Amino acid sequence: MALSQLLSSSSRSGNRLKSLSSAISLRHPISTDTTPITVETSVPFTSHQCEVPSRTVQTNAKELLTFFRDMALMRRMEIAADSLYKAKLIRGFCHLYDGQEAVAVGMEAAITKKDSIITAYRDHCTFIARGGTLLEVFAELMGRQAGCSRGKGGSMHFYKKDSNFYGGHGIVGAQVPLGCGLAFAQKYCKDEAVTFALYGDGAANQGQLFEALNISALWDLPAILVCENNHYGMGTAEWRAAKSPAYYKRGDYVPGLKVDGMDVLAVKQACTFAKEHALKNGPIILEMDTYRYHGHSMSDPGSTYRTRDEITGVRQERDPVERIRKLILSHDLATEKELKDTEKEVRKEVDDAIAQAKENPVPDSSELFTNVYAKGLGVESFGADRKEVRATLP
Amino acid sequence: MLGIVRQKMLEQSLKKIQPVASVLRTYSSGAKQMTVREALNSALDEEMSADSKVFLIGEELGEYQGAYKITKGLLDKYGPERVRDTPITEAGFTGIAVGEAYYGLKPVLEFMTFNFSMQAIDHIINSAAKSNYMSAGQISVPIVFRGPNGAAAGVGAQHSQCYAAWYAFCPGLKVLSPYNSEDARGLLKAAIRDPDPVVFLENELLYGESFPISDGVLDSSFCLPIGKAKIERKGKHVTIAAYSKMVGYSLKAAEILEKDGIHAEVVNLRSIRPLDRSTINDSVRKTNRLVTVEEAFPQHGVGAEICACVLEESFSYLDAPVERIAGADVPMPYAANLERMAVPQVEDIVRAAKRTCYRSVLTAAVS
Repeated sequence: MALSQLLSSSSRSGNRLKSLSSAISLRHPISTDTTPITVETSVPFTSHQCEVPSRTVQTNAKELLTFFRDMALMRRMEIAADSLYKAKLIRGFCHLYDGQEAVAVGMEAAITKKDSIITAYRDHCTFIARGGTLLEVFAELMGRQAGCSRGKGGSMHFYKKDSNFYGGHGIVGAQVPLGCGLAFAQKYCKDEAVTFALYGDGAANQGQLFEALNISALWDLPAILVCENNHYGMGTAEWRAAKSPAYYKRGDYVPGLKVDGMDVLAVKQACTFAKEHALKNGPIILEMDTYRYHGHSMSDPGSTYRTRDEITGVRQERDPVERIRKLILSHDLATEKELKDTEKEVRKEVDDAIAQAKENPVPDSSELFTNVYAKGLGVESFGADRKEVRATLP
Repeated sequence: MLGIVRQKMLEQSLKKIQPVASVLRTYSSGAKQMTVREALNSALDEEMSADSKVFLIGEELGEYQGAYKITKGLLDKYGPERVRDTPITEAGFTGIAVGEAYYGLKPVLEFMTFNFSMQAIDHIINSAAKSNYMSAGQISVPIVFRGPNGAAAGVGAQHSQCYAAWYAFCPGLKVLSPYNSEDARGLLKAAIRDPDPVVFLENELLYGESFPISDGVLDSSFCLPIGKAKIERKGKHVTIAAYSKMVGYSLKAAEILEKDGIHAEVVNLRSIRPLDRSTINDSVRKTNRLVTVEEAFPQHGVGAEICACVLEESFSYLDAPVERIAGADVPMPYAANLERMAVPQVEDIVRAAKRTCYRSVLTAAVS
C-alpha cells in the first residue's frame, strides 16, 4: 500500500510543519504520530463457539490516516472503473467493490505478506491492498500489457503471487477449497502463516465450501473463511437464498465471529483475533456485515432488487470512508481541508494511472500462445485456422 | 516390490490379457517382470522419496492401502502427513489439492475412478488447467490427478466411462495413459516431475498384468518423455493407433493379421495431450492405412482427433479411408453378453485393419 511518510511530525495541532519535500512531491505528509488512541468498534462482536474479542481497539493517527487514504483510493478507483466500463474501455465482466473497502484494508492491517489471501471476482481492491499498483489494475481491466496478468486475465483474474495473493476466481465458491488448500500447504511447510479465503453470501450455500470446511476442521488447517455478506447474491437477497443467513454460525462445529464490515477497526481486530485462533486451533469463520453500492456487476443496475433509499441509507449511516473521516476529525488528527486534499491526491493518482494505462499497448499477438503450460515441451498449438496459425509452446 | 512372481488379479475380468512379447524388445539376461500395480507403487515411492513436496491425497490411500492397492505400504513409509486419506468429497478435496499446488506443493491426487472426477471437474479445468494462462505465468499448478479410467468388468454405466477425450480437449492440461509397466513407471514419474497439471489415466484391469522390464526402467531416475508415442510393433501395411488396454488388444490383432500376411504397425500413444502427431503421421506415411482403437464412446473422441490430424497432414499418403474402432455409442450395459458388445474386441480391430487393406470378408450388407 502506498504510504507517504515524508517527515516526522509530532502530534498535530495548528502548527504542523509542512515539509520542503511536500512542496515538490504530490503527497501530503501523513502524520507519523503513533501515540495510541483508544476507540470502540461500532458494535460489539457476536461469536459462535468461541470467545469474543474486545470491542476496544488500539490505533493511532498514522494508522487512521493511512486507512483513510487507502480506502479513498480504492473508492476512487472503483468509481473510475465504472466510467471506463461505460466508455467501453473495459469489456466483459466488472464487479465493483465500493462500499466494502473496509474489509480489504482492515484485513491487510492485521496480517503480513506471508499470510495468503484468495477471493472471488470482486478482487480489484484486495489486489491493491496486497501491494498491486493502480496501473496494473487499469491496464489489466483494459486488456493491456502492463496489466497484472499482462492483459490475459481480465477483471476477475488478478494475481500477485509475490504477495501471496492467489486471485481472482470466476467460479462462485471454488476459491474456498482452494484457500483451504493454501492453508494446508502453509501448515505442511511450517510457515506459521494463515490463509484468508473470502466469499460472498451467495457462495456461502455452496456444497464445496462445507466439504472444504469439514476437511479443514479434521486436519486443523490455519484457514480463515471470510464471508463478505453484502446481503445480495447477484440479484437475490440473502433471505431468499439461505435458510439460515447467520453465516458465522453455518460452520456448526467451526467457530465464527460476526463483524461490522463497514468499520475498518473492527475488521482489523477480528482478523487479528482470527489469525491467532487459526494458528492454534484450526479453521474459523468471519462474517463481515458489509454492503456494495454498485450492482453485482456492471450489467446489473443494482436497483431492481433493492430500494434506492436502502442504498442511500447505508451511504449516510455506515459508509466506511466517512466513518474514518469522522473519527479523524473528532480526534483532531487532521483538518477537513487536509482530508479533502488527500482525496484530491488520490483522484489525481487514479487519473494519472488511467492515462498511463490508456497509452499502454495491447499484448503482442504471440502472447496468445504463451503460458498455456509452465513447460510447453515444444508442442504445437493452433489458431482458428490451423493451416495458417501454428505456434510452438515454449 | 520387484515381484518376479506374477500377481493374481484381484478383480474378475472378462478377458485375460496375455502380456505380449514385442518383436522388437530385447531382454537383458534374466529379464524382470513387474505388474503395472508394482510399477505405479514404485514410481510413487521413488518420487516421494526424492522430493518432500510430493504427497498423496485421496480416498482410502493410507490405512486401506489403496482401493486398488496402488499406494500399498506408503502410509507406513511416509506417515500420515504425506499420505492423506480424505472423506468422500471430491469437489472439496480436489479444490484443496489444487490450492496446495498453487502454493508450490506437488500433490498426487487419486480419484478412485475417473467417473468420480466429474464431481471435481470444475477444479481440474477452471482452477488447475487455466491458472497459468490467466495469471500470465504467476500461478503454475504442479498437480497430478491419477486413477483408473474406462471400463472395468461388470460395473455398469456409471462406473465405466473413459475420460481421455474430455480432458485432452482442454489446453493447459497434459493427459497421459500408460499401457504396460514401463509406461506406468516412466510416465507417472514424468507426470509428478512436470510443473503443469497432468491427468493420468490408468486402467483397473491392467493393474495385475505383468510385463517384462529392463534394468534401465528400474532405475529411480527413469522417466519417459511426455508427448511421445511409442512404436510397440513395427509394421508396414497398416497403422493401428491405440492407448491403454487397447494397445494389448491391438498387439493381439497384429499377431492374427500377421498370419494373413498383413504386417501391422502398432502405435502406443502414451500421451493423449500433447498428442504425438508426428509419430502417427510418420507411421501412416509409411503404411498408408490407419485404424484408431479406443474403448471410449466414439463421438468427438481421441480416434476422431487422430483421423482428422492424419487427413490434414497426410491426405495424399492414404490408400484407404481411415477407420475408427471404439466403444459402442451406448451407456455401458451390465449383462455380460451386452457388455462384450459394448467394448472393442480383438476381432473388431482385425476386421477394420483388413478393410483398410481391401481384404474384408463380405458380411450380409452388400459392400
